[in-house]
Amino acid sequence: MAIEVRDVNKSFGATPVLRDVSLDVAAGSLTALLGPSGGGKSTLLRVIAGLEQPDTGTVRISGVDATRLAPQRRGVGFVFQHYAAFKHLTVFRNVAFGLEVRKRPKDEIRKRVMELLELVHLEKLADRYPSQLSGGQRQRMALARALAVEPQVLLLDEPFGALDAQVRKELRTWLRRLHDEVHVTTVFVTHDQEEAIEVADTIVLLAGGEVVQSGSPGEVYDNPANPFVMRFLGPVTELDGNLVRPHDVEISQDPVEGGSSALVSRVVKLGFEVRVEVEVGGHEAWVQVTREQADRLDLKPGDTVHLRPVPGARSLVLAV
Amino acid sequence: MAGGTAAGLGVVVMYLSLIVLIPLAAVVWRSMDDGPGYFWRSITAPDAWAALSLTIGASALVALLNLVMGTIIAWVLVRDRFPGRAVLETIIDLPFALPTIVAGLVLLALYGPQSPLGVNLAYSRVGVVLALMFVTLPFVVRTVQPVLLELDKEMEQAAASLGAGPFQTFRRIILPNLLPAMLSGTALAFTRAIAEFGSTVLISGNLPFKTQVAAVNIFSQIEGDNTTGAAAISTVLLVVALVALVTLDLLQRWGKRRG
Amino acid sequence: MAKHVLRLIAVAYVMFLLVLPVGLIIWQTFGDGLGPFFESLTSPSALHAFKVTLTVAGLAVVANTIFGVGVAILLVRHEFPGKRLLGAFVDLPMAVSPVVVGLALILVYGRFSPVGGLLESWGIQVIFSTPGMVIATVFVAMPLVARSIIPVLEELGDEQEQAAHTLGASRLQTFLRITLPGIRWALGYGLVLCLARSLGEYGAVAVVSGRLVDQTQTLTLLVEERFQNYDQQGAFAAATTLALIAVVTLLLTKLLRPKDRSDGN
Repeated sequence: MAIEVRDVNKSFGATPVLRDVSLDVAAGSLTALLGPSGGGKSTLLRVIAGLEQPDTGTVRISGVDATRLAPQRRGVGFVFQHYAAFKHLTVFRNVAFGLEVRKRPKDEIRKRVMELLELVHLEKLADRYPSQLSGGQRQRMALARALAVEPQVLLLDEPFGALDAQVRKELRTWLRRLHDEVHVTTVFVTHDQEEAIEVADTIVLLAGGEVVQSGSPGEVYDNPANPFVMRFLGPVTELDGNLVRPHDVEISQDPVEGGSSALVSRVVKLGFEVRVEVEVGGHEAWVQVTREQADRLDLKPGDTVHLRPVPGARSLVLAV
Repeated sequence: MAGGTAAGLGVVVMYLSLIVLIPLAAVVWRSMDDGPGYFWRSITAPDAWAALSLTIGASALVALLNLVMGTIIAWVLVRDRFPGRAVLETIIDLPFALPTIVAGLVLLALYGPQSPLGVNLAYSRVGVVLALMFVTLPFVVRTVQPVLLELDKEMEQAAASLGAGPFQTFRRIILPNLLPAMLSGTALAFTRAIAEFGSTVLISGNLPFKTQVAAVNIFSQIEGDNTTGAAAISTVLLVVALVALVTLDLLQRWGKRRG
Repeated sequence: MAKHVLRLIAVAYVMFLLVLPVGLIIWQTFGDGLGPFFESLTSPSALHAFKVTLTVAGLAVVANTIFGVGVAILLVRHEFPGKRLLGAFVDLPMAVSPVVVGLALILVYGRFSPVGGLLESWGIQVIFSTPGMVIATVFVAMPLVARSIIPVLEELGDEQEQAAHTLGASRLQTFLRITLPGIRWALGYGLVLCLARSLGEYGAVAVVSGRLVDQTQTLTLLVEERFQNYDQQGAFAAATTLALIAVVTLLLTKLLRPKDRSDGN
């Protein structure tokens, strides 16, 4: 294991932020720490980096107990949400920083930095200052800077949090590809489930300072441990006391076995998908259908329809 | 330019002229009244020259002291937490609020002939330096402090995670980011020190060739009705202040460019 | 460890440079009780010095407030050539030695200068009299009000003022109802600074006043004159009064100051 966290507890004042957190990160994996804000995920990442001290518990990195080790001795690369660019240094010197403090020979530094700048497509901007870069460019510079010291693990705190939607999507794909090239064990924090599912090979869900579930994106999505996880990972609706995905509901005009009748209240066309809002058993619910289905059924407000989960749909019984 | 702007500007410029600009121009004008030769003789007269040298030398020394001490105090105020910090924070500005003559008197009480500490700095150059240290204390503190507050703490954490020790982080990350503010504060302290009068009057004893600063020399020349000589030394002080202020402006632009 | 060393250095420096000297004076002033203190302060010369100080400082504060607000609005809300230069001129007095200020005013408004001679023939004496002391005080405290207001005016922006204009408010109404409430704390801060500086001015006033006891003597001049005449109790009493005013000023500015420096986080 590249990172082993055992029974870590951490409080800020009287507020517990991490409770008995244990976590294994496999070498070479790309793991997402996912959860709502205030769930403790950033604190856990900072504990791994040594930027916060746990109250109890241990952190091992590459088999070595790092719990009391200073950040500079842990062999971790940390990328901050707001990049923490060294404002007074050029892009080149930012990336070279870790090598300079290690007193590496000048030509070795130059070679390594230029390689990294090429990797993150900033080779032409080496002499610029951070204030002259866009957000996405600063993010890539921060990443190259963290990679320069050849860390055993790379930690990213909300790496795309401060970027606009378009750049965010591009960088996600880019990070995935970069990881396939570099293979360094990587942990990143995000509150965006789509980002976690798309980029990570392992997802660890944290809420209320505890690990709620972990596994591959498919596992977590298909077998949520509880309604909270299910809600957090994607859209849900309620049908007969069950929590189901709106795209896992079958809709028909004729009564079906095991189905329940519902009254269509609104039909919203969102391009390819159509959102059908219904009233069923005194509750409001919604169903996601394709445009073709919607046209075929010719759904209008006031229609009565029959709903049931599709065979094999994952659902959770809600405790009443 | 709108009519309102022109009228307002006219009034402001007139007011500034009557109170500041014309009188200062009169000083420079008067200094040349008896020709450049007299100007030169006035500022190189042994007592005047000694006063100017002392003023500039002591001011430079005090500015350097402030560079170090002001930065340390700003650092402690921003990064340290201890009982009494809020009091320290407040009293730093005391030299701005305290009349200079009172500053001189209080220093003389503690470091004068009747010193309860047994340290008598009255009528010595050290006493002059002490007075200048007192009145210039807030400048570097107050220019460095806001920059230090704004300084992104994550930069330091990033440096640590990249392997830099505390000293390396200070030298390579913090210091370069503080330097423009440190130097601005130092320039302000220097400008203030060369102009200082009130705080040095009592503690220096105004001994010509020994403890008399330029402002006191000007004062005694005015009292002796040698306004042309007084104007010559005043002009030198104005020029030195101007050079310091232009340097300050360049420093601030340098700081902004990199920010 | 390093943290404690730095803390010790900073505290010791401020202790020996500021706290102990000021504390010692206050302690020595009240060493013989309040009686001698009040006796010194209620002597005819001291009472007269109070009156002169308050008159001069009061007039100077009024002048600098009107000028400061006007020039701040001009510099922030208006565009004109030479704006940077005007800003520099407003700050200029900060860099001028108080003694040079005094000399400058004597050269222009003294009895033997053309302007001073003209004013004298109209019966107006400037130098060695109240007008000269007011002008000198105005000079040294000139930028304080303007510099306190300018950042706040900039931050405020002019949208609210424009909104008031579109709603039919006149220039004066807009100033009184929109601009003034927006800058009131900064204005208060600048006023307190300006008043403290005016009450405490020594060098410029020493030159233009002629230091005439019971005529043009202010509190700061009284401190010096009493001390030179070996009346330590009188000098300390006046100095302590000024020091207490300074402390009150500090606390007031602390209350009025925009919250930029108040906390370390």
